[in-house]
Amino acid sequence: MFALYRERAGSALVSVELPEGSTAGDLTAAVRAEYPRLAPPEVRIVVAVNAEYADDDQPLCPGDEVCLIPPVSGGMPMREAARR
Amino acid sequence: MIILTDEPLDAAAVTDSVRRDGNGAVVTFLGTTRDNFGGKTVTRLEYEAYDAMAVKKLQEVRDSLCRDYGIADVAIAHRTGRVDVGHISLIVAVASPHRREAFEACHEAVNRIKTIVPIWKKEWFADGSRWVACEDHEFADEAEHTHAHAERHAAPVGDD
Repeated sequence: MFALYRERAGSALVSVELPEGSTAGDLTAAVRAEYPRLAPPEVRIVVAVNAEYADDDQPLCPGDEVCLIPPVSGGMPMREAARR
Repeated sequence: MIILTDEPLDAAAVTDSVRRDGNGAVVTFLGTTRDNFGGKTVTRLEYEAYDAMAVKKLQEVRDSLCRDYGIADVAIAHRTGRVDVGHISLIVAVASPHRREAFEACHEAVNRIKTIVPIWKKEWFADGSRWVACEDHEFADEAEHTHAHAERHAAPVGDD
C-alpha cells in the first residue's frame, strides 16, 4: 500500500486470508474489515493487480501482486480513468 | 525518454531528448513546488510512487499521446521523494513538426499523468501535511479537518 493507505494501515504490506476464487473486491472488503479506518465506507478503494488497474470482479491468483491505490492528484475518479 | 527518479531533474536534458531536425516546435512543461496552497504556506512537497506501475503508466501516457496527436517525440520525467519550493517535480517535453500539436499534446500529457499514474503528492505546511486529492477519504468524525479542507478546496487550483 502507498501514501494515505500506507499511513493509515501503519504498514506498506498487510496480510489477509482469502478463500480460493476470491476477487479484487473480496480483497478490499477483507482489508477494510481489518483496517476500518482505511477509507470511509462510501468510498470505493481502487485496486491494481500486477501493476494494472483491476475491476472489483477480477479473480485473484496465487502470486498476484495486489496494491490498493489512493486517489492521485488529478481529481478524476480512478475507476473512470482505468476504463479509458 | 521516461524517467522516474528521486534525484533532481534536468530540464535541458529532457528537452534535448525530443529535439530532431524534422521537428519545428518543442514545448516543455515544468511542474514546480509552489510555496502556497489555499492561503497556507507550503514548505515542501513529497511524492510517493508505485514505481513499477508508475513507469508503465507513464509509458502508456506517452504512447497514447503519440497515437492521438500523430507525433513521435514525447519525454516525461517525474521526481519522487522530497521536492523543495521552486524545484521541479515533473517535466514533459513534446516536439512536433508544427507548434499546435506540441502545445496541445503537452497540456494533455499533464492531464493524463495526473489522472492515471500512481504517484501521490503530499503537501507539507508549517503545522501539518495532507495527501492531495484524498479529501473524499475523510471520516465524518474528522469534522474539524474536513472544514479546513473544504476552505482550501474553494481556492483556485493551479497548473501545478
